[in-house]
Amino acid sequence: MAAADDLKFQEFDDAANLLAANPDATTISIDEPVEIPKNQHGRLQEPGREEDDELLGTDDSDKTELLAGQKKSAPFWTFEYYQTFFDVDTYQVLDRIKGSVFPVPGKNFVRLYIRSNPDLYGPFWICATLVFTIAVSGNLSNFFIHLGKPTYHYVPEFRKVSIAATTIYAYAWLVPLALWGFLMWRNSKVMNIVSYSFLEIVCVYGYSLFVYIPTAILWIIPQKVVRWVLMMFSLCLSGSVLVMTFWPAVRDDNRRIALATVGAIVLLHALLAVGCLAYFFDAPELDFPAPIIPVHNGTTVVTKSQ
Amino acid sequence: MGPGGCRPSHRSGPDRRHAARAPPCWRGGAGGQPPLALPWAPWRCVTRQPAPRVVMTYFVHVARVANMAAAEGSSAGGPLFAGLADVSISEDIPVEGEITVPVGSHSPDEDYSTLDEPVRDTIMRDLKAVGKKFVHVMYPKKSSALLRDWDLWGPLVLCVSLALMLQGGSADSKDDGGPQFAEVFVIIWFGAVVITLNSKLLGGTISFFQSLCVLGYCVLPLTVAMLVCRLVLLAGSGTVSFIIRLIVVVAMFGWSTLASTAFLADSQPPNRKALVVYPIFLFYFVISWMILTFTPQ
Repeated sequence: MAAADDLKFQEFDDAANLLAANPDATTISIDEPVEIPKNQHGRLQEPGREEDDELLGTDDSDKTELLAGQKKSAPFWTFEYYQTFFDVDTYQVLDRIKGSVFPVPGKNFVRLYIRSNPDLYGPFWICATLVFTIAVSGNLSNFFIHLGKPTYHYVPEFRKVSIAATTIYAYAWLVPLALWGFLMWRNSKVMNIVSYSFLEIVCVYGYSLFVYIPTAILWIIPQKVVRWVLMMFSLCLSGSVLVMTFWPAVRDDNRRIALATVGAIVLLHALLAVGCLAYFFDAPELDFPAPIIPVHNGTTVVTKSQ
Repeated sequence: MGPGGCRPSHRSGPDRRHAARAPPCWRGGAGGQPPLALPWAPWRCVTRQPAPRVVMTYFVHVARVANMAAAEGSSAGGPLFAGLADVSISEDIPVEGEITVPVGSHSPDEDYSTLDEPVRDTIMRDLKAVGKKFVHVMYPKKSSALLRDWDLWGPLVLCVSLALMLQGGSADSKDDGGPQFAEVFVIIWFGAVVITLNSKLLGGTISFFQSLCVLGYCVLPLTVAMLVCRLVLLAGSGTVSFIIRLIVVVAMFGWSTLASTAFLADSQPPNRKALVVYPIFLFYFVISWMILTFTPQ
């Protein structure tokens, strides 16, 4: 038995546990050499995997990480470099979307679905779809709300498309940039087990916006209560994906900073949802539109809310 | 099998190595066996289009015909043309001559005579090419004429006419109206460029301008829908006219998407087809939405 035990592969304990047992031990973090700085992965800083990774099977993670390490080696001015960001198949994209809509508690979206193969297809096209869905649904909902009014004249409101596009693309790209910068800065002060590359953060944000697409379509229903319930529901779903992704990255930090970071993530996400609902969708009337001549003076009828 | 006009370059040695290897782009399609690589006809993967195009068609055809001959020969025992092992045809040297494929007359005489022809012939030739492509779009079969001889005249005409018909819908204030000319123009061209880039990044083998050409030509059904919508709106703008417009726009949207998918989906790797078709769907959906929501003054 002793011989068999000696021959068995020894699993290294989690680095956090090792450090907790021996706080004064010197630590070395070995990073693989990368040409492009933004592709750094905290690969070798996690010798013992996170608890959720054990459920994935270590061989698969090993193989994908090794393969991913050899992947992005084209210089950035060639077309092949950008092709590495679109190296996904249909079923992979669908799996990632499914993972963002049905978040499993305890499972990290990045580790489970992205697995060192972040893609730009999902974030870009989900944002594009969301832009047009919000614009079209807003237009439709305004049309149905104001349908009975005698002075209403339908307008396509095409300007709102460009406003929606600016907002959503700015959110999906600038917030991950800020978050990545912040995490890098904290990483230099506190050794974190988990760190994400910029593309992985963009990926998580992009896929987490997917649940807003059916929500925007359902927001056509002109009931205030229904709209707010829908918004809370979708906010919980996509917010939980984000929280479960970023909590392992900040939990080793100062307690207040960790909570503030996660709170800021959720707050920005909620702001996006509330802002879109308020700007693109007119408030539904509380009473049914009466066919009789409106009692109040004409100015309040003509001025629409947007 | 020595075609006239063939000028082989003399390379020694390395070509023997190629004899046993399958070409890197071999996908193992219908047959299962990689094509026999002959020493004087090393395989090149025909994914890019060097100029002139007809050279590559001819070259691949020569290799294929020679391949069939050699396959028959090897079944009889031993390759037929082993003595020419150190001779190969480089693709840098244009090989001219006509064997069989009628890719269009490219003999030297006719190239010069287009200079002397009347202007009417020149214009009619281009117009006929554009017209033929319109017919291809309306009845999409899997022909390669649209892909091979791409041109951007048709998309330009369609885009300009659609933008002219769409611009300046009614508006209470400046901000609320329909799309302006520049907006429609930018959406169509920028959208087509983005979709082309997307399909190329996902590993598609179609060239940039071919894809732009196909996407532009497939706007034709939607332009027809816009014409019909404007005519229906002249008659009135009630519920009935809206339903007619809705049906027409939905039908033309489906036609556009199917037509462009028929041309573009084949050039994609099979496990990514849906990823390429979805942006095309979104593109034509946006254009259809702009057409459907057009309201006149």
